[in-house]
Amino acid sequence: MKLIACIKEVPDTATQIKINPAGTEIIKDGVEFIVNPYDEYAVEECLRIKEKFGEGEVIAVCMGPTRATEAIRKCLAMGVDRAVHLCDPAFEKSDTYATAKALAKAIEKTGFDLILCGKQAVDGDGCQVGAQIAELLGIPGVPLIIKLEISTDKKTAIAHRQVEGATEVVEVKLPALFTCQKGLNEARYPSLKGIMGAKKKEIKFFTPADLGEAPGSFGEAGSLARMVKLSLPPTRQGGRKMEGEPEEISKELVKSLMEQDKVI
Amino acid sequence: MAKGIWIYADHAEGKLRKVSLEILSEARRLADKAGEEVAAVLLGSGVAGLAQTLGYYGADKVYLAEHDILKDYRVEPYSKVIADLISQNQPSIFLLGANINGRDLAPRVAARVKTGLAGDCTTLCINDQGLLQINRPVYAGKAYVDVVCPEARPQMATIRPNVMPLNAPDEAHKAEVINITPQVADMAIGVQIKEIVKDVSGMVDLTEADTIISGGRGMKGAENFAILEELAVLLKAAVGASRAAVDSGWRDQRFQVGQTGRVVSPKLYIACGISGAIQHLAGMRTSKVIVAINKDTEAPIFNIANYSIVGDLFKVVPVLTKEFKEKLSG
Ligand SMILES: Cc1cc2nc3c(=O)[nH]c(=O)nc-3n(C[C@H](O)[C@H](O)[C@H](O)COP(=O)(O)OP(=O)(O)OC[C@H]3O[C@@H](n4cnc5c(N)ncnc54)[C@H](O)[C@@H]3O)c2cc1C
Ligand SMILES: Nc1ncnc2c1ncn2[C@@H]1O[C@H](COP(=O)(O)O)[C@@H](O)[C@H]1O
Repeated sequence: MKLIACIKEVPDTATQIKINPAGTEIIKDGVEFIVNPYDEYAVEECLRIKEKFGEGEVIAVCMGPTRATEAIRKCLAMGVDRAVHLCDPAFEKSDTYATAKALAKAIEKTGFDLILCGKQAVDGDGCQVGAQIAELLGIPGVPLIIKLEISTDKKTAIAHRQVEGATEVVEVKLPALFTCQKGLNEARYPSLKGIMGAKKKEIKFFTPADLGEAPGSFGEAGSLARMVKLSLPPTRQGGRKMEGEPEEISKELVKSLMEQDKVI
Repeated sequence: MAKGIWIYADHAEGKLRKVSLEILSEARRLADKAGEEVAAVLLGSGVAGLAQTLGYYGADKVYLAEHDILKDYRVEPYSKVIADLISQNQPSIFLLGANINGRDLAPRVAARVKTGLAGDCTTLCINDQGLLQINRPVYAGKAYVDVVCPEARPQMATIRPNVMPLNAPDEAHKAEVINITPQVADMAIGVQIKEIVKDVSGMVDLTEADTIISGGRGMKGAENFAILEELAVLLKAAVGASRAAVDSGWRDQRFQVGQTGRVVSPKLYIACGISGAIQHLAGMRTSKVIVAINKDTEAPIFNIANYSIVGDLFKVVPVLTKEFKEKLSG
């Protein structure tokens, strides 16, 4: 079985975001990059499926700058067998559609039986790429899974997914794509042996030409949605400090919320 | 030329979702300015009765597709039917709610009709070039981005629940219902729904709640959330949690607020025993009014709270509940 995990490198969630004066991108100096937290669940789940069946190959697919090699190495250290890195200036500034197009092409070239993505990348918070890869490959896509069981004949899977106010249990024909939500598993830490071994594992680099496409198919030229500008949210000032007896505070607060703020 | 503003009318258990009416209200406002028509797309089985309500909230037309296969939401048939409709009618704008179904359906439809999509938007306008320009949070609200879709049509966006004001329903406004025959009968569908297990908690869902009361590590144990639940019932609020509370096993993960949980913007957010780590703030900083109860005067949550209550939550919350009870009944 070829198990694909799509992984993206994103700024550490503790990062204070700063934006360049032109409002075109975030300032990356001093920013630490990590594997998108939801993508770690995808990697972990692929590893568990391989372990359970005692066969298969786990392949991480990542589109990102040269720097993303570090995130890829982490996945290899977790136990991923090999990686595909879409790394070329022509991929930069792709919208989710151009990203999904590139990833879908790379996955098609690599071959696949199962594709796992994170539910969203916590940088752009797009929440789109998984569904779009599934659409472009013409396979079922099931978002927000918290449980996945592959049948013994590997032809179907049962997945539990979160919907508003309920959990939906679905049966899915494979190959299919799933997006992973917190609760699916706990991602492992790379072991020392894993870290050492990762250095020897293969990372295959893809350019647009390797995907049989013109550079203009991706990046800004290949995108349908365009960024106009980036900005910071209005800063929020701390407000009224209330100390003292709970009774007094409560009286004052309830009155204020009901009469002044009118939020109750 | 592409014309008309469309919305997707999501529904559950025979009722339109609130977010569908919110985006319909917004579509109406945009359409009135641009002199365009508003249409709603309604899919399901036995849902014709909902069309009228869509009219009251501003739909001029309702495209109604009914079929057994469409009974429950499933992305493959739903995206096909909608993409077919779009290709036939060429709307200029197509809006969906950024709830769970909308965020699944929109990217799939967009990829199918090859158009640009902006997800989870919080404001919309028609810019100087006559394009739909949307503003949306990125990095969990630590930054915002403005996005347009210059060429492809329709210009698609999903819109965050609870940010667009509802129009007052106008019962004189009737929608023309256009019945369409969905081409789904011989579709190969890869996903079958086996079971839908309802939450038994009976709690209000975070996405649609006007008020959210969240507890963090300061709650000290699962059982203590009862005091938040009591207040929540009173205020018709949802109960959220910090990751520390979720990771301690006190609350289900689906109630986690923050960068890797749910991003919420209720009218009122009450944080109890939550320090205010950057990842938590990312999920709730756009709330209209924030109340924080924390015994540590230095807690970072106080930097963004409108009301900073320095004190022991176990003393403050019960008294606050009592006070609300008196005021709300009186
Ligand atoms: C990749 C990543 C993603 C993350 N995503 C999220 C996320 O989505 N959401 C999230 O919330 N966190 C997230 N975190 C975790 C985040 O960094 C914090 O660890 C977490 O928010 C802390 O939760 P807390 O405020 O409940 O706990 P603490 O930081 O331990 O704070 C507890 C607070 O309770 C107060 N307190 C204690 N007892 C009382 C009392 N009796 N009365 C009043 N106050 C009291 C204390 O003064 C303290 O301020 C993430 C972290 C990482 C690394
Ligand atoms: N550049 C990328 N490289 C690899 N995977 C990606 C990339 N962008 C998005 N993905 C995958 O798609 C998921 C959703 O991303 P997004 O739609 O950007 O929120 C992520 O969690 C990843 O699994």
